Amino acid sequence: MIDFQNVAYSYGSDALLRDVSLHLAPGSFHFLTGPSGAGKSTLLKLCYMELMPSSGQLDVFGREVRSMSRDDIARTRRRIGVVHQDCQFLDHLPLTENLALPLTVAGRDPEAEAGNIRDLMGWVGLAARAGATPPELSGGERQRAALARAVIMDPELLLADEPTGNVDWEMSLRLLQLLVELNRLGKTVLVATHDLNLIRAAKSQVPARVLRIANRGLHLAGADL
Amino acid sequence: MSRLADILALVSGRFGADRVVPPTGFTARLTVFTSAAMAFLAVFALALSLATDRLATRWSEALARTATVRISAPAGQVEAQLAAALEVLRTTPGVAEARPLSDAERRALLEPWFGPDLPIERLRIPALIEVVETSEGIDATGLRARLAGEAPGALFDDHTQWREPLVRAANRLRTLGLLSLLLISAATAAMITLAAQAALAANARVIAALRLVGALDTYIARAFVRRYTLRALMGALAGSLLGLLAIAALPRADAAGGFLTGLGFVGPQWALPLLVPPIVALVAFAATRFAAFRQLRETP
Repeated sequence: MIDFQNVAYSYGSDALLRDVSLHLAPGSFHFLTGPSGAGKSTLLKLCYMELMPSSGQLDVFGREVRSMSRDDIARTRRRIGVVHQDCQFLDHLPLTENLALPLTVAGRDPEAEAGNIRDLMGWVGLAARAGATPPELSGGERQRAALARAVIMDPELLLADEPTGNVDWEMSLRLLQLLVELNRLGKTVLVATHDLNLIRAAKSQVPARVLRIANRGLHLAGADL
Repeated sequence: MSRLADILALVSGRFGADRVVPPTGFTARLTVFTSAAMAFLAVFALALSLATDRLATRWSEALARTATVRISAPAGQVEAQLAAALEVLRTTPGVAEARPLSDAERRALLEPWFGPDLPIERLRIPALIEVVETSEGIDATGLRARLAGEAPGALFDDHTQWREPLVRAANRLRTLGLLSLLLISAATAAMITLAAQAALAANARVIAALRLVGALDTYIARAFVRRYTLRALMGALAGSLLGLLAIAALPRADAAGGFLTGLGFVGPQWALPLLVPPIVALVAFAATRFAAFRQLRETP
C-alpha cells in the first residue's frame, strides 16, 4: 500500500528525515511516535504527498510519487483519509457540507449520499450537530467530524496526525475506538501521536505496530510499547 | 477547449464549487468596486469614441463638399466681380451649386463675435459665395486661375487648410477613446488579478483543506474564477447602468453646444454599453483563471 525505501526529506539544508524504510500493509495498524518536532507530521505528509521525498523511493498504492502528475496526486488522495490535529475545515460551511466535501470535489452528488452522511454523523455522535459550523463545535466534536470526513470516501488508508491532541482522555479513548473499528473493517491506519497511554490502550484492542522517530530516522519501538 | 468548458460551466452554473470560497472579504468588495468603476469609465470612453467618430465623419463629409469664394474688392467693383465669379463658377465642372450669401446670412456669421445689431451695410465686409461641390469635386487650381483672370478680388477657399487638422484631431481623439477602452480593460484585468491573488493567499487554509480531500487544481481554480467573475459581472452591470444614466443626463445635442453636448449615443448605439458587463466578466474570468492556476502551481 505504502512503501518507503531509504527515503530522506530535507527542507533547505536541514535533513528532517533520513534513510526511512517502511511498509504499510493493507489492514495493518501502525502508531508513529516520537517527541514534538521529530518528524511525525513530515512522514505523514510524505504519505499523502503534500511533501515529496528528497531522495529514496516512495510508492503510494504501487506508484512512485514523483512520477505522478498533480491531478494524479489529487485523485490518489481520495483513497486516503486524513485527520489533522487542526482538522482543516471550511469554517463558513455547516458540518454536513464539510463532511460531504470529499464527495463534492470528486464530482459525486452529496444529495444522493445524504443517507450515508447521516449515518456517519450518527457513528461519530454528531447527528444533532449537522447544521453547526466548525467554529461552533468543541475540540472533541471537531476531531470526530474530521474523522467522519476522512472516511466518507471509504478510503483504503487512514492517516491521523495527533488526533487526540486537543481532547480529554475520555474523548481520546472514544476516538481511538472509532479508529480501531475502522481497522477492523479492513482500513489501514497510521496514527501519529506522542500520547503513549493512547498507544498502550490501543495495543490491548488491536495488534498495532509502534514506530518511533528518533535522530531523523525511523525505528521499531521497544517492548515497553 | 478546457477554457471553453470552464466558461460553459460558469454560465450554466452546473457546479456550486464557489460555495467553498468564503463569501465575504475585502477583496470581494474591491472586485465589485473596481469592476463598477471601470465599467463606468468604459461607457464614457465608448461615448467619447463614438462622438468623435461622428464628429470626424461629419466634418470630413460635410466640409469636404463645400467651399467658399470670398470677394474683397473696392466698393464700386464688388457687384461686378461677384457676378463674374458666379459666372465662372456656373461654368466650372464639379460645382453643383453656387449662391451668394445674403446680408442676413453674413450678419449671422458675424453675430457670435459682434452681437446681433451689426450695421453690416456700413462695414466693408467681403461678399461671400457658398459653393457646393458634386461628388467628383472641383479642380481647385484651375478654378483659382480662372477666378484670378475674371474676378481678381475673388479668393477660392476649399476649407482644406483648417478642415484637415480638425478631422485629424477628431480621428486622434477617437483613437484615444479606443485606447482608453483598452487601458481600462487592462487595468481591470490587473486589479482583478491582484484581488484574486490576495483572495487566494488569504484563503490558503481553504485551499489546503480542499487539497487534503483530493480536489484537483481545476476544481479549486473554478471556485475562485466563478466567484470573481460573477462579482465582476455584477459590478460592471451597476457601473454600466450608472454610466448610461450619467450620459443620458447630459444636455441634449444642439448646434450651439457643439461637441460637448454631442457626447453620447445615437439610436442603436445605446445598446453598445450593454457589451461592457460581459466584456468585463470575460476579462475577470481570464485574469482570475490565470492568477489561480499560477498560484496553485506554486504551492505543493
